[in-house]
Amino acid sequence: MENASHMMSEAAPPTGFSAAAAEAAPRVSIRDLNFYYGATHALKNVSIDYADRQTTAMIGPSGCGKSTLLRVLNRMYDLYPGQRAEGEVLLGGENIIGAEQDLNQLRRRIGMVFQKPTPFPKSIYENVVFGVRLHEKLSKSALDERVEWSLTRAALWNEVKDRLGSSALGLSGGQQQRLCIARSIAVRPDVLLLDEPTSALDPISTLKIEELIDELKRDFTIIIVTHNMQQAARCADAVAFFYLGELVEVGPSSQIFTAPRERRTQEYVTGRFG
Amino acid sequence: MPDETKHIVTAFEADLRKLRDMIAGMGGLVERAVADAAVALIDHDPDIASRVVEMDPKIDAEERAVEQFAVRLLALRQPVADDLRQVIQALKVITDLERIGDYAANIAKRSLVINQVASGFSLSGLGQMALLVQQNLKNAIDAVGEADPQKAIAVWRADQMVDDLYNTIFRELITYMMEDARSISACTHLLFIAKNLERIGDHSTNIAELTYYAATGEALPDFRPKGDHTAAYMHEAAGQR
Repeated sequence: MENASHMMSEAAPPTGFSAAAAEAAPRVSIRDLNFYYGATHALKNVSIDYADRQTTAMIGPSGCGKSTLLRVLNRMYDLYPGQRAEGEVLLGGENIIGAEQDLNQLRRRIGMVFQKPTPFPKSIYENVVFGVRLHEKLSKSALDERVEWSLTRAALWNEVKDRLGSSALGLSGGQQQRLCIARSIAVRPDVLLLDEPTSALDPISTLKIEELIDELKRDFTIIIVTHNMQQAARCADAVAFFYLGELVEVGPSSQIFTAPRERRTQEYVTGRFG
Repeated sequence: MPDETKHIVTAFEADLRKLRDMIAGMGGLVERAVADAAVALIDHDPDIASRVVEMDPKIDAEERAVEQFAVRLLALRQPVADDLRQVIQALKVITDLERIGDYAANIAKRSLVINQVASGFSLSGLGQMALLVQQNLKNAIDAVGEADPQKAIAVWRADQMVDDLYNTIFRELITYMMEDARSISACTHLLFIAKNLERIGDHSTNIAELTYYAATGEALPDFRPKGDHTAAYMHEAAGQR
């Protein structure tokens, strides 16, 4: 892989990437997932499939379990004692909540972008290669190419290519968030988790991120948590509605926003909840 | 939808209610126009006939008002799910209502001519058809107001009777025309009136279909029993030639 880096270009992802993606066809399947924060039962018998290279949005009122589910997907809950998950979360046939799962590998395969941009107080370049260096030994030129590829895919390259050495903290909020996306995709994950990625951004930056999501789903399976229902309608292929820890309904966005099957979904998306 | 939970934004709730009221108001005007057109025809009343013709611009104005309101609602409230379906239904229902208004005006105009050329013909068939059509139209508009899918289905089914009557009248008028060529002018007017009534029935059916979709999110099947067979009608005499 390292010595094939000359084949990388803006259009083509790094060598090995497409082949791996095509063979493994990563797609997350959750079966009878239960999650507990101590005694609190936060996710109840959730079963859902995330289609490969599609965007699935998870919506629902605060406390419905959607962010908990994201935390399960990359095992962030492992950092906290007393939190536990039961059931199956299959990524390429492998149960990622099993005890034998290598967490470093898992977090490379499942990237995450948070609500607020979280750049490291380093240069733009160093932000992007940070994760790559942990997982791969690449030559300087291969790293350079990976940075260009990631920033291009994150629609940030043209804005920062002349100042890769400057601090990431000097970027605008929207640029910082795209940098975080670039950092996540630089390690070439299978799945990209986005936890309300635009809630701290202005409308134009939001639209840029949404446009980016549309681009990125060609290569990654995207799971996005959003409170903005219009955003779910705009950028997701499928929408899952959660309420009180249960998956109420999942379906194509067009169906969820024109003719939801469940009354609770209908009341939520139309703004009649409670 | 009366048993619905209330919308969190009360102004949105009020807008949706206003939209329903506007449709009901326009529906009332259109019902009145059809009823008056029937009276003008059966009772040979030229005053009522002109009233129907004058009502048409009012109906058109009402259509534009609802349309503007619905577009504003779409732009500002961005409705989804049943709210979205209701707004789309409103936009389409007003087109049907406006067309029904046109047909009523056309019947009224022809009734003025009929007074002069067709005094000898029995209008009881048309009268009966007009009654049926009015009933269906009323039920269709009620179904919209109550968002009642069952009522909508009833309207959708009842149009068959209107079509049957239309076929009967069509054959009857053809017979008159064959018997006496001097009746052709009058019979043609009567035929157009029957066709107008039949079209009003079809538009009521459309309204019912839109209502069913708005209420349930599902479309009624495409294969509604189509009862107007006159397009394929060929009189025996013509066939023998």
